[in-house]
Amino acid sequence: MKRALWVLAVLLSHWRKHPMQLATLAIGLISATALWSGVQALNEQARNSYDRAAAAFGGARVAMLVGRDSTFPQQLFVDLRRAGWPVSPVLEGRVRIHGKSLRLLGIEPVTFPAQAGSTPTIGRADLKSFLAPPGETLIAPETLTELTAAAGAILRTDDGSVLPPLKVQAQLAPGILIVDIGRAQSLLRQPDRLSRLLIGKARGPQAPLQAIAGGSLRYVAPDTETDLERLTDSFHLNLSAFGLLSFLVGLFIVNSAIGLAFEQRMPMLRTLRACGVSSRMLNAVLLTELSALALVAGLIGLICGYLIAAALLPNVAASLQGLYGAQIPGQLILKPEWWAAGFAMSIAGTFAAAAMSLLRVIRLPVLAMAQPQAWRQAQRRWLRWQGLCAIAMFAAAAILLAAGNSLISGFAVLAAILLGAALTLPVLLGFVLQVGARSTQRPLMMWFWADSRQQLPGLSLALMALLLALAVNVGVGTMVESFSRTFATWLDGRLAADVYVNARDDAQARDIEASLRKRPEVTAILPSGRAETEIGGWPVEVLGLADHATYREHWPLLESEANAWDKVKSGDAALVSEQLARKLQLKLGDRLTIGTPGGNWPMDVAAIYADYGNPKGQVAVNIDAFRRRFPNEPKTRFGLRVAPDKIASLIDDLRQRFHLDDHHLSDQSALKAESMRIFNRTFAVTAALNTFTLGVAGIALLTSLLTLSNSRLPHLAPLWALGLTRKQLAGIELLKTMAIAFITALLALPLGLLVAWCLIAVVNVRAFGWRLPFHVFPLHLVELLGVAMLAALLAMLAPLVRLLRMPPAALIKVFANER
Amino acid sequence: MSASVRLSRRSFVSGLAVLGLGPRRSLAQGFAGLGNDASGFAAVVPGRRFSFPADHGPHPDYRIEWWYLTANLKDEGGNAYGVQWTLFRQAMQPGPQREGWASQQIWMGHAAITCADTHRYSETFARGGIGQAGVETDPFHAWIDSWEMRGLDGMSATDIAPLQVKASGVDFSYALKLDASKPLVLEGDGGYSRKSAEGQASYYYSQPFFTMVGGVTIDGKSVNVTGQAWMDREWSSQPLAADQTGWDWFSLHLGTGEKLMLFRLRQTQGKHYLSGNWIEPGGRATELPSSAIEMTPMATTEVADRKLPTSWRIVIPDRHLEIDIVPLNPRSWMGTSFPYWEGPISFTGSHKGVGYLEMTGY
Repeated sequence: MKRALWVLAVLLSHWRKHPMQLATLAIGLISATALWSGVQALNEQARNSYDRAAAAFGGARVAMLVGRDSTFPQQLFVDLRRAGWPVSPVLEGRVRIHGKSLRLLGIEPVTFPAQAGSTPTIGRADLKSFLAPPGETLIAPETLTELTAAAGAILRTDDGSVLPPLKVQAQLAPGILIVDIGRAQSLLRQPDRLSRLLIGKARGPQAPLQAIAGGSLRYVAPDTETDLERLTDSFHLNLSAFGLLSFLVGLFIVNSAIGLAFEQRMPMLRTLRACGVSSRMLNAVLLTELSALALVAGLIGLICGYLIAAALLPNVAASLQGLYGAQIPGQLILKPEWWAAGFAMSIAGTFAAAAMSLLRVIRLPVLAMAQPQAWRQAQRRWLRWQGLCAIAMFAAAAILLAAGNSLISGFAVLAAILLGAALTLPVLLGFVLQVGARSTQRPLMMWFWADSRQQLPGLSLALMALLLALAVNVGVGTMVESFSRTFATWLDGRLAADVYVNARDDAQARDIEASLRKRPEVTAILPSGRAETEIGGWPVEVLGLADHATYREHWPLLESEANAWDKVKSGDAALVSEQLARKLQLKLGDRLTIGTPGGNWPMDVAAIYADYGNPKGQVAVNIDAFRRRFPNEPKTRFGLRVAPDKIASLIDDLRQRFHLDDHHLSDQSALKAESMRIFNRTFAVTAALNTFTLGVAGIALLTSLLTLSNSRLPHLAPLWALGLTRKQLAGIELLKTMAIAFITALLALPLGLLVAWCLIAVVNVRAFGWRLPFHVFPLHLVELLGVAMLAALLAMLAPLVRLLRMPPAALIKVFANER
Repeated sequence: MSASVRLSRRSFVSGLAVLGLGPRRSLAQGFAGLGNDASGFAAVVPGRRFSFPADHGPHPDYRIEWWYLTANLKDEGGNAYGVQWTLFRQAMQPGPQREGWASQQIWMGHAAITCADTHRYSETFARGGIGQAGVETDPFHAWIDSWEMRGLDGMSATDIAPLQVKASGVDFSYALKLDASKPLVLEGDGGYSRKSAEGQASYYYSQPFFTMVGGVTIDGKSVNVTGQAWMDREWSSQPLAADQTGWDWFSLHLGTGEKLMLFRLRQTQGKHYLSGNWIEPGGRATELPSSAIEMTPMATTEVADRKLPTSWRIVIPDRHLEIDIVPLNPRSWMGTSFPYWEGPISFTGSHKGVGYLEMTGY
């Protein structure tokens, strides 16, 4: 034991002599662990809140009965109970409070099925206070804070209804208000209506559903996965992919640091072995040393990961809410599993990065001459092997692209391309430098090229990291830019009407319409409708559109048959969203069957249109046909075409006269701004992770240069002795590194575009079901090139200053010391 | 998620218990004192004039009320069965009755079948005001979910017969017809039943003369049964004294055609409060004072981690009654959200016969 400690002390002395190397190793591990665990924390947070949300309304966890229409009469509940069905009613809707839209759930605690999960604690005296006037509104602490209300406060909805006093329920999902079913009916103005019936444990025989409810209710089997989980899967996979990429880039750093450290310690290890330390003990001590390093760095990494997650959470939460309506609490909650997984990743990563070096030590013959040069020579052989690996990677990418269909395989294509490119980089750089060397006759220049090549293996890992980071940056930047450009025009097409009205009920809709007809500035009233259905087990929205130039001219069709709109007008054809078309593999002219309350509705696919960002499928049909097929859907929605200078006054008038809030009345520009805001926040997360990755790559370059700068001395000293000044030497060093970095960055640009294509044409399509047009943004590329050069320059700064300030004595010593 | 956040049946019914809605006479257990707060509810006073069928219906101004049927039955092979059907009503708040979901009434149903080796039970809950549960008088109909007690054609209001009753659980069901040729009986002092020396009381009448016929099913096996049944109707706002912890309640069909109702309210202070009613075969009832009754627990059974006196000796010297009571199934435990023991019994001694025993607060 004592002996092992001495061996450990000897091994650790290396780090004392090379603190920079230790720092490099630590930085690599910390950044790898931090980014990975940060992303995991975000995902975990989101998933927890889906669970909470699902549990709160007995979402998919219990079987339920849902109506053909959005609501159904309460009498069906009573009839089913009387026929032996253990059902419990739920009414769901949205209310606006202080301008915030919140989900209101009415539940019935007396019949609420125990297995429906964690609902409000209504025990003991609570039941009475929940049911009996004034009742209670159960609310999550996060929502309470968001509304800047206090427990017990009595809130008013924006349309003037009064909610029962607030009561905080810690386990409730944020953004949800729970009240008694009767109160929900009056708050939502849905007297005697219900949204769904949760089915509890059977208690004896039940009459057949058909006999009681006719066709008006549909059985929905319980599901272990919630809708939110399904819908947001792709989003989280994207986050995970970024986390993993950062982790890998971090490991590049660790690998280079450990490789160098082991190489430099070879003589020491040989001496230890010669002194009688057994190979087994040496290995055990080395493993202990690495584990300790991994643990300490892992801990710091986890703390950094927590900080990163906390910083990104607001944006992640905002995008999840905007895209999927999922509410994520703003306070990070970390489970012990998260810490454990973080440490495990850190240790596993360390060993993966150290595997090669460790293997070499294990096989180390006692008497073998250990020379730093041996490492370089091994690298040369390694290079050939690397080239072969790269070719294999590219082949794998091609196969995956052709054969795979899943999102995972999409990411695998991306990973294979990136890895292949990274492995090719040293080969390519070597080739470029060779060409450079042939182009000159001047001795100094020849030395310049040759020395660059000599330096290449030591820098190659850092350069790979830089290449990957840059390429991903180009790729993601191009995708985001492409998206926001496409999205803007697409929004213009989709939101073609100037003002959107959603009346409270059909009667109000008729009143509003009548009053609008009298206004000359309203050039068109375009009724629309919306119904939910399912096609092939996938939630699909059916959209009813008026036959009008507004849509004919602007609707963002991707491909269409001739006279598509005329066919739609006939009621026998539909426009199908890109997502739905891809999911069901529909082509123009194919037949599609939509389930309606009155039976199946067969439709021809007349056109396919872009429906970016919608997690559900969508079908657009003619409004008159829609109303015939979905007679019970509210006829409350319409779009208006209005003379542009009269929009503001029209909205003010409508708002005052009919007491419509933002939920019921909005103008096009507000809707557009809202949509853009959501997407910008989504991509803000991506951009932030991207920046982190680039930062890590910069650090990798810096640390590589720092560790190399010591071993550079013997190469530079002879030049200095030949008469070059330190300033000149520094200039040459700078030029060389910048040149290599520049070539790497240049190579990263086409790779980045390839990555962008992969993201747009493969990953996005598989994740979301839609494909963006591909644009190249040269300015962005130039900008990134600049950033890369800046990173290289910054990384060069410290070694350069060191060289400039190096006392001549240190340079002379090179000749005195035998290495 | 911790267990405490779940809206379990248990926590829910604890809520109900706080409201005062527990099985029949079990309100007192653990929640003593709540019975005292009857302010705002209608008070139980002596000298009420009952009127039927109106009084078969709910009395929503009173806090609690029940329709309670127990039956002792036999199949063709002579095997004994017990059947219970109960509907409870509870008002959360006093005051004018509100409509729809705003109604302050909550309903609870219990159903059970017992034979020598099996005891099956089920429970259900409902809010008032929407039609999931309720009681109507003309025609008579008491229901919760699919369980119901319904007056048949030609039902007599004073006999509260003929009736049909049905209920089902996961593993049992029954459908039975009830008939009686004698009028119902007012318990206590003309229907005013004292529950403590301090004046707690309820309105209470019974129909102990039911005959019953029908079918019961346990685990899918159906048998035809016949026998006799007893219905209790009781309502009150303040049925218990603060120091009363539970009940032992007997309804006995004596072989002589006489009927006997007895209860013992266990008190933490002083002597237990005993009361009873001796009903002659013709229907004439005489209230038995506390001093006239001797009730002695003889043997206990351990059920659900509790010790319950399932065998009794009862002596009423004035009536020359001296009987030993044994349960048909000592494990007749109602493991409902609000648990108690309720099951068929038989007795021998000076008199032979069958009946039902309810024990709460153990």
